[in-house]
Parts: sequence; structure tokens; C-alpha cells
Amino acid sequence: MAKPGTADETEANGTDAPEQPIPTELDLEEEFQRSDIQSVLDQLDRELVGLASVKMRIREIAAMLLVDKARRQMRLETEPPTLHMSFTGNPGTGKTTVALRMADILHRLEYVRQGHLVSVTRDDLVGQYIGHTAPKTREVIKKAMGGVLFIDEAYYLYRPENERDYGQESIEILLQVMENNRDDLVVILAGYANRMETFFKSNPGFRSRVAHHLDFPDYSAEELFKIAGLMVAQQQYILSDSAAVALREYIPKRMRQPHFANARSIRNAIDRAKLRQANRLFAGRGKTKLTKNDLMTLEGADFRQSRIFDEPGASGAAGDHGSTKQ
Amino acid sequence: MRVTQGTFSFLPDLTDKQIKAQIQYALDQGWALNVEYTDDPHPRNTYWEMWCVPMFDTKDAAAVLLEVNECRKVYGNMYIKVNSFDNSRWRESQSMSFIVNRPKEEPGFGVARDAGPGRSLRYRVHSYATDKPEGARYK
Repeated sequence: MAKPGTADETEANGTDAPEQPIPTELDLEEEFQRSDIQSVLDQLDRELVGLASVKMRIREIAAMLLVDKARRQMRLETEPPTLHMSFTGNPGTGKTTVALRMADILHRLEYVRQGHLVSVTRDDLVGQYIGHTAPKTREVIKKAMGGVLFIDEAYYLYRPENERDYGQESIEILLQVMENNRDDLVVILAGYANRMETFFKSNPGFRSRVAHHLDFPDYSAEELFKIAGLMVAQQQYILSDSAAVALREYIPKRMRQPHFANARSIRNAIDRAKLRQANRLFAGRGKTKLTKNDLMTLEGADFRQSRIFDEPGASGAAGDHGSTKQ
Repeated sequence: MRVTQGTFSFLPDLTDKQIKAQIQYALDQGWALNVEYTDDPHPRNTYWEMWCVPMFDTKDAAAVLLEVNECRKVYGNMYIKVNSFDNSRWRESQSMSFIVNRPKEEPGFGVARDAGPGRSLRYRVHSYATDKPEGARYK
């Protein structure tokens, strides 16, 4: 965080504090402890199931920034690294969650000054009439300065079918800012893999300015089950044994359905199970008193009422449409 | 003649680094900032031109400094000030206002005398900058 008088650039300024002596040796471990980065990485491990390659890359970035900081202390030449990223993957694979974490990590490593995340889509960047786009995009960029700008479904910015589309204007401003204000903000572009690929092909400027391409793989059934466990625990619910069995059966069935959106579909399934649980408890009112445990437990029946169990192998009857983003 | 108005006006001109630090201070207080410019620095001229819409949701000083620099590119030979507004008393009231850019030559002010009825005299502060038509004042 830039405190008054300690802004990070080195400008000719008579009021600068006297130069600190160059340390002869540095304890990287001490720096690492001080940045408290381990707790973020631990949290990442705890709360994000799978995504080994993504976690690996985050570790690498953290290590690079740490070494960079050490180099700076030794008065070695350091070019501020470009940290613009692209996150590609299918819906529900954790892109937004990781972006949020990324803002936190970069803040702890003092790469970004404020550490907030501004999440936008095409609507927030592109205007509706001539001359509207540039101020709108700049407004968003100004809000994101000192933090991370997360552009969800970034490929919508570029609409090749309409050559007069205002998206192009927005792209040009973004490219300029990504180059000139590298130490002010980090831009993360997210979207589905194949559409991002065409987006980068038609905007080569973006590809060269984005240093890190992170691919978010689909989750396996086992990973999804673990995610479900985390989600349930987070909302202070418990899965009964029968519910766990039902959920294990449910997941592969749901994965074969159209509009499967990984973790988001699982969350929707849990939400519906909660609905049925509430209904079940409500229907049984007056007969017995409820315990805390009753309120927390999701039973197998709450999952088995799902339409997916009715029609084995049927397609097109999926209860939810996970592709709608929230 | 060096115009002194607003915060820090009796200090030497702030460097960009100092401006940035002051802006960050204002942002950390939760104040909103805006950038204004004018070619007539008369103390009673409270209506300076707004450079951009006030910045309510910015978190970092770099964003405000960006606008200051954009404004300098266009109106580099005019007065530019940064204002901050505190809304904690239910209305946006100005909390800080300081000049971040001034013309190379500042014409300053003179005292003009208006003869009134009888032998009465009225004095007024006259901004020499306004002698030239608007827009041509600092060319």
C-alpha cells in the first residue's frame, strides 16, 4: 500500500528518505514468512479441489515476485514483471474464485497496491453509441487501478461479424493500459478455451501482453464430490450417509447431461437438495420437534428426488441450466 | 505573480510523487476526487471547468493521477486543481483542494478603480488573464 511519501517509483525528489545500505545477504524464508503468502497458498489448497496445474503456476508467480523483491533489495536490475493473465476453462471450473485469490496474493506480495478485484463483462466496458465506449472503459480501468481487473467472457469484446462494433475501441484502450500502466493494474481475461483461442488469434496484441495462460481443466467425479463436501460444510449442512451415496451416484449422471457446469452444477444440486429438505421438514411439522441436527442434515431422499434419477441416461431433461452465469 | 489558493499553496509546487501521496491520503479517508481546470484564477471564480466526472469508486491514486496527466496534456498551460469531497456529513463537502498545474507565465491580478456617483470609488480585483478573449488567454 502506498503510504504518503513512500510511493514506489523512484523520482527525482529532494524529500526522499536516505538510501538504505545494501544488505549483504537476505533470508528468503524470512521474507516469505513476512508476506504471509503461505496462508493464502494453504487456503487455496484447502478450498480449491484439484487444479494442480493452476496452483503450481500460482506458486511459481509467488516465488518469482518474492525473488524479484529480494533482487530489488540487493539493488539488482528488476523489470516489473508482466502479470496479465488469461484463465481458460469450462464453466464452473473456478476461474473467478482463483482470480479473487490472485488479487489477494498479488497484494500480499506488494505487486498491486490495494488488492481489490473489479469483475466486469462486455456490458461494463463497451458503450452503446459512438463516443460512449472510451469513457466507459476508462472508468472501469480507473476503478480497477491498484488491483485486479477481471474481464469475464472476454471474447465477447471482439465481434468479428460486425466491423463497426465498439468492442474494438475498448480492446485498444485496454491494450494501451496493459502496456503503459503495468505497475498499476493486473488484467485477467477469462473465458471458454476455444473461444478465447479465436479471440487471441484475432487480437495478437493481447496474446503478447498476456504473460500467463492458465488452463482450468474439468473436474473428475471424485473431485466434484469433494467440492460438494466443501460446499455443504461451508453452508453448515451435513450429508447423511445415504445422501453421500446418492450424491456419488448423482454426479456421474449429471456429468453426462447437457449444460453441465462443473462445480456450479453441483452447487445448484445442493441448493435444490436444501429446498427439498426444507419442504420435507415443513411437511413433517407438528409431528416431532426439530433438532439442530435435523436442520443441518441433507438426506439421500433429498437428492434422489432429482429428475436425473428418474430417467436413466435420458438427455435434455436436466433440471438446471448451469451455463447461466450469475 | 504566483497564485496561491487552496491547500499547500504556500509550499513549492508538489512533485508528481507528492501529488500521488496526497491523493492516496484522500482516497484512504474515503473521499471522492475530481480534477478541474481554468484559465481565470480569480479567487472569486469558484466555477472551474470539470475535466472528467468525479471519481467515486477509485481506490488507487494512480487513477486520479492518470486524469491529472491527461488534463495536463490538453490544458498544460492552465491552472489545474484536484479537489476531494467528504460525504460523511450527509453531503459532499469539499475537504481538500490543491493546485497541481499552473501556466508558465502567470499574469496575476491588478486593482481596478471604478468611479461611482459623486466622488465615490469602488475597487475590484482584476484578473489580467481575462483581458484576452477566452481560450486565447494563455497562448
